[in-house]
Amino acid sequence: MRRAVTLFLLGVLPWLTFSAWAGDGVPKPTIVIANEGKCIAPTEEMRRNHMDMLKHQRDETMRKGVRGKPASLNGCIECHAGKSTGSVIGKDHFCESCHSYAAVKLDCWDCHQPKAGFKAAGVKP
Amino acid sequence: MSNNDRRGFLAASAGLGLVAIAPGVHLMQVAQARPAGEPASKLQRWGMLVDTTKCASGCTACVSACATENGINEQVADPRQAAQWIRKIDIKDPKNGRQHSLPMMCQHCAEPPCVDVCPTGASMKRADGIVLVDRHICIGCRYCMMACPYKARSFVHQPLTQQNPEVPRGLGCVESCTLCVHRVDKGQKPACVEACPEGAMLFGDLEDPNSDIARRIAQTATTQVRADLKLNTGVRYQGI
Repeated sequence: MRRAVTLFLLGVLPWLTFSAWAGDGVPKPTIVIANEGKCIAPTEEMRRNHMDMLKHQRDETMRKGVRGKPASLNGCIECHAGKSTGSVIGKDHFCESCHSYAAVKLDCWDCHQPKAGFKAAGVKP
Repeated sequence: MSNNDRRGFLAASAGLGLVAIAPGVHLMQVAQARPAGEPASKLQRWGMLVDTTKCASGCTACVSACATENGINEQVADPRQAAQWIRKIDIKDPKNGRQHSLPMMCQHCAEPPCVDVCPTGASMKRADGIVLVDRHICIGCRYCMMACPYKARSFVHQPLTQQNPEVPRGLGCVESCTLCVHRVDKGQKPACVEACPEGAMLFGDLEDPNSDIARRIAQTATTQVRADLKLNTGVRYQGI
């Protein structure tokens, strides 16, 4: 029995592993960019620094009232919202595809609206 | 004493008996949008003047406009958990039966008690006098709700998904009237002011002596609710 399991594992595991790593050998998230080339900074810089840019500007805007600077969360959403749902969260959409891949939890959407151009209908509570 | 009675008493205790008839001042005023990249300046102080002699009992246009503008559309399990960005209250002087209706919201104090008590610095006053909650660092302790003499703050008890993009709000944070800061920064007036069918609400810069609001305050008798607390409120009332 043990021999059968060992043989099975030896036979199947490498196949499973290699099929998952097909291509350049590392699994990658699917990132769909709706409006390519219109970003406020080159992709490499955005990948590395977007969190600092967002956080810096968030404090400037929230606490000092500085408006109209480029690194705004709503600006990201307007450009990067997925075409099918109009949102940056959800499977394969811009923010979540990368963040779930990197296992970095996002709590922006507890308060911020992830859908581009969303208009809430007001009802007196 | 029910909650509403307490609120009514609160406003009523601010001072009764002054009858200030509004002069025929047109309440519209054009504010200037701040250029992009410039911070709010302490040379300005945004404020509001509510003419209660024009405010009709039963009219909730300002409340509805606020809810639409700020995406306040959640159904709460308990009415005591309802958002308190703005509410209408009716007050009556028991001695002579004189009645008023008025909107009550964050009074945007110059010396805000909510800012004093906040343990994290989330409750803050912007340079131009608008009192806000920085939800990024609000821990939801609700000290500010207890400190506010106007009961103008509320806590979000449930997850929200219907926020307007310009008005983030969500579970676990305290919130209150922002004086529609996102509109004011664009040079617009707060939604309630724009919606008032009677033109009873005047918005403007209290620091600018030539603004309509500063002129009205200089010319007519206006009241700060709970003036005894010396909070120097940015929202003033006329006729109570």
